[in-house]
Amino acid sequence: MNDIFTLMKSELAVTAIIFLLLLIKIGKGVRNEALLPIIQVLLLINLISGFFFNKEGALFGDMFHTSTLIAFQKNILNLGVYLISLLFTDWLKKSQHMAEFFMLILSALLGMFFMISSGNLLIFFLSLELSTIPVAALANFDLEKKRSSEGAMKMILSSAFSSGILLFGISLMYGATGTISFAEIPAKLDGSSLQVLAFVFLFSAFAFKLSIVPFHLWTADVYEGSPIAVSSFLSVISKGSVAFIFISALYKVFQPMQAVWYNMLVILAVATMIIGNLFALRQQNIKRFLAFSSIAQVGFILVGMSSSDNTGVTAVTYFILIYVFSNLAAFGIASVISEHSGKENIDDYKGLYKTNPFLSWVLALALFSLAGVPPTAGFFGKLFLLTAGAAKGEYWFITIAALNMVISLYYYLRIVRAVFMDKNETPVDKIKLNDSVKLAFIICGAGIVLTGLFSWIFDFIQSLH
Amino acid sequence: MMEPGLYHILFISAALFFIGVYGFLTRRNLITMLMSIELILNSVNLNFIAFNKYLWPGKMDGLFFVVFIIAIAAAEAAVAIAIIINLYRSHHSIDVVNDEDLKY
Repeated sequence: MNDIFTLMKSELAVTAIIFLLLLIKIGKGVRNEALLPIIQVLLLINLISGFFFNKEGALFGDMFHTSTLIAFQKNILNLGVYLISLLFTDWLKKSQHMAEFFMLILSALLGMFFMISSGNLLIFFLSLELSTIPVAALANFDLEKKRSSEGAMKMILSSAFSSGILLFGISLMYGATGTISFAEIPAKLDGSSLQVLAFVFLFSAFAFKLSIVPFHLWTADVYEGSPIAVSSFLSVISKGSVAFIFISALYKVFQPMQAVWYNMLVILAVATMIIGNLFALRQQNIKRFLAFSSIAQVGFILVGMSSSDNTGVTAVTYFILIYVFSNLAAFGIASVISEHSGKENIDDYKGLYKTNPFLSWVLALALFSLAGVPPTAGFFGKLFLLTAGAAKGEYWFITIAALNMVISLYYYLRIVRAVFMDKNETPVDKIKLNDSVKLAFIICGAGIVLTGLFSWIFDFIQSLH
Repeated sequence: MMEPGLYHILFISAALFFIGVYGFLTRRNLITMLMSIELILNSVNLNFIAFNKYLWPGKMDGLFFVVFIIAIAAAEAAVAIAIIINLYRSHHSIDVVNDEDLKY
């Protein structure tokens, strides 16, 4: 009994917050201005408590298992949700349904926690659905906007289709091995063609959720259509959680099939990086641009995953921690500017430095980190990913990845140039920042700089295995 | 009369799956696309039941999975239809050809 409270600590905390919000919502109505600080404090407590008393263990006949590494990964997601609650203050205060927004986002977070901890294909499937269905509803959150509902429609249909593919793969896997438990599958894998077919179906479902290239078409449309808070949640937190479970599924469950998935990962990583980069080059809308840049980032995550030992897990976890800071900062700037001036095109960012130096510096820092320029943490994240990928000795593969970093530098710096150097007659007006938004930008900026400089963070993640 | 074996059922379920995929990719009406997804999910159910009966009769995993798939399919359809109704209010159509504001 005590085990449930210690091992499922983070899940129970999130559930408690959801129920609290539900009670507040059905009770006397609380104004957004009063409710938002309460939610922020609750999420902060949730984040801090996630660092303590983490144990390793399994529950419910191995259906749910956790370890210190998994607890740390969950806490990265907690951090992301806390930052989202700070960054999008302006948008949230205007929204009529703020409590519902957090209920949906926390339900999705709960699903992700169970997904990372799952020890069984059934729990994995259920939690994957719990983490996608609320997000589809969130994508439609701007109820009166045409584009929002179009994005939500694309999201729910493509995610339902991908879960159909996932289920078909699971059913074939069940037929071929006779078990759905992650612990028992590896012993039963003998590389028969039915198992390979089932694995390909499972792999493509993961690829859908991570928006790896042949399955990436929904991404940009959904990101552009949905509110920026939701796009940032999709691009950082839901992608991060799927990457965590994907890497542990590949390394632990499908370890005997390594020869199969290594080639798949290499081909998809190359395709994802190249296509993500090429499409990002020609985007004018900042949300679409960030969507394609996040597709390209997933390509780099795949490079790290191809290492197939613990260095891969460490590199991916570390990279996603940095990615939370840098991508949320970029989305936050886009949200602040679109909220105050309604401008979402890259050309509108020209001359931003004249009027809003603080925002410009944060944006430059975030973009440098996404591009992987040395003093920022993004460089170290990419460095460890490529080092992990190079473990197999496929140097042409690492060369392609490094060349793609150069291409990505071009389009990230294009925005920095627009902000700092280009002249503009009508730049964005001076924006007065809310305190909590400012705090979130400072946290993001500090995270971008310090995560790279403090090597103990990387050592700490490495020691969690 | 011949007793249907595992292969017959697997053939039917694979056929259902690919009919669903074909329908999803070619149909233009959102409700029909949802119906195609239901076809895919039902082919998975058939698969699970058949594997459970013929290959692993001692286990219950497949049967439990089917129950959960049916429940999740209902939840997914509920959210999808809510979104489609909202889309209909703004677009006055549920044909995907008309939903093309977002493009490259």
